[in-house]
Amino acid sequence: MKTIGSVVSGWIKPASRVLDLGCGDGALLEHLSKSHNIRGYGLEINHQSINACIARGVNVIDQDLNNGLDNFADQSFDTVLMTQTLQTLRYPHIALDEMLRIGKQCIVTFPNFGHWRTRGVLALKGRMPVTKQLSYQWYDTPNIHFFTYKDFEILCQQRNISIVDKTFIGGLSSDLKLDVVWPNLFSHTAVYNLKK
Amino acid sequence: MPVSLNSLYFIDRSLITSQLSTAYKTYKKYLYLCCEKQRLLVDFACLRELGSQRQTKPLMPSQAPTNQTTPTDEHVVSFDYPIELACGTVLSSHQLAYETYGELNSERSNAILICHALSGDQHAAGVNEEGQTGWWNHYIGPGKPINTNHFFVVCPNNLGSCFGSTGPNTINPETQRVWGADFPSLEVSDWVASQQYLMEHLNINCWAAVVGGSLGGMQAMHWAVHYPDKLKHAIVIASALKLSAQNIAFNEVARRAIQSDSNFKQGQFLEQKTNPDQGLALARMIGHLTYLSDHALGRKFGRLVHSGDINSAEKEMVEFEVASYLNYQGDKFAGRFDANSYILITQMLDYFDLAANFDEDPAVAFRQAQCKFLVISFSSDWRFSPQCSKLIVDALTAAHRDVSYLNVDSDQGHDAFLLANPRYELALSSYLQRVANSLGDRVE
Repeated sequence: MKTIGSVVSGWIKPASRVLDLGCGDGALLEHLSKSHNIRGYGLEINHQSINACIARGVNVIDQDLNNGLDNFADQSFDTVLMTQTLQTLRYPHIALDEMLRIGKQCIVTFPNFGHWRTRGVLALKGRMPVTKQLSYQWYDTPNIHFFTYKDFEILCQQRNISIVDKTFIGGLSSDLKLDVVWPNLFSHTAVYNLKK
Repeated sequence: MPVSLNSLYFIDRSLITSQLSTAYKTYKKYLYLCCEKQRLLVDFACLRELGSQRQTKPLMPSQAPTNQTTPTDEHVVSFDYPIELACGTVLSSHQLAYETYGELNSERSNAILICHALSGDQHAAGVNEEGQTGWWNHYIGPGKPINTNHFFVVCPNNLGSCFGSTGPNTINPETQRVWGADFPSLEVSDWVASQQYLMEHLNINCWAAVVGGSLGGMQAMHWAVHYPDKLKHAIVIASALKLSAQNIAFNEVARRAIQSDSNFKQGQFLEQKTNPDQGLALARMIGHLTYLSDHALGRKFGRLVHSGDINSAEKEMVEFEVASYLNYQGDKFAGRFDANSYILITQMLDYFDLAANFDEDPAVAFRQAQCKFLVISFSSDWRFSPQCSKLIVDALTAAHRDVSYLNVDSDQGHDAFLLANPRYELALSSYLQRVANSLGDRVE
């Protein structure tokens, strides 16, 4: 089964430098450092997550992505990662530009608001969807932007960001391969590999 | 006995009207005493005097077991061979007083060096023979973040200080007179060089970690850059790559306060059997004030009046609590610290610039380092602000060094690095637990 980790692993060069924006408990960085011998840092603001990183020996820096990334030089990392965080940032488009300035390649993953389940809840029940991927109520959610794969790709086009590769995860596990044919409706998480 | 809220319920009803206000006043006084006790914790100089009182009754919740005392080994070592100081002066011999806690493992790989700051000393943990509790006792000991069940912890009193190591208050062997103001000027590199003498004396090849706050963090960074193969980890707390103009300015005001005391006698006060108490107290009051935050001062003292009546016409009798506290701290410090040491060590702080010999680029300096770093700052610290720590972290990432950083919320200002704080404690213990796990040989 494809996971964010397995897809990202496939796009990372061994012994490269990785910056993980919103690294959570550092599990992905730890995995990449074991499997690909990468050297990297995670940026995080959640206290428990920061401590989890320290406890597992992952380099973690207490830094709020909403305050900018000026402290990192142009093209100073081989890969800049952002998993399931873009939708929580104040200005996702500026964050994307910054990622592409700092990293030679950027990998972004985010939950798809165009998934049939979310569409269904909104259309039929008339309520903001609460799903496994978007598990918060509308008033206390850290996810302040809701967008679909289509929205994201239009943004990339507008900002001259080239999509080198993309993979869609989740959805109906069936032989119909609906999530491949129609990902914007049938897959819940996208993994994009971007370059400027 | 202080009156607690619960006991208020048992006061006879008939007495309530007459006694409730008295009881309430007593209760308020009790609360005030609690505040008083807590605020004493703020002061580094005060930590020693608190002694076992603080050990038995922790004032803030903490994961660290504070009921265990740390066995303290006190030592003095004389190095009878020369040390060349950064200023060019050669000391033919010198002496360091130091304490150790915990046991060195058979591989001699579990030693941690603690670097003290401006007014610190070798008594970092446990209770010494005089009954004084160490200045970092909350963080060093069995089961504490710097866990003496795993580590052999070494804390020297540094060269030029005044607690048993060679310094301005000791005898110059060449003149057989007290050094006084003639003691050569020092730099952080001299402290580290002298600590390396101690390292050799203890037959330790590599520190598991070098740990320090403030000026102590500067020493840890200097170790990392100039002795890269001598340490595995550097823990840099509330520190800076170099002092800001404002910081240097505060130090200059402190020095001027000492030097303008008529008892200073151009630094030869010990020979003349006097002491610049007023100047030293004033210097400490200025320093101490800058180590606290506006918010912490407001929270602890507000506009409380210590003595006198603010509503009376004769306001000259009024002394605010904050004034009384600062005066007390100043006077106490003047009784324990040497004025020449204070001048010498504040100058060391001013002179420190990690990148000075590396094209003024701290990333170039850090490229020399091989160890891993943990950098910690405190949100309300305006003397060594979080921004200063971020510059350290940025230089380390630019130099491709391993670093973790956290900015801990605290309203305690610069002094936060000495005080109880759950997040700070957890980060330090998590980090050092990994260091301990990486050691081959464990001390049982």
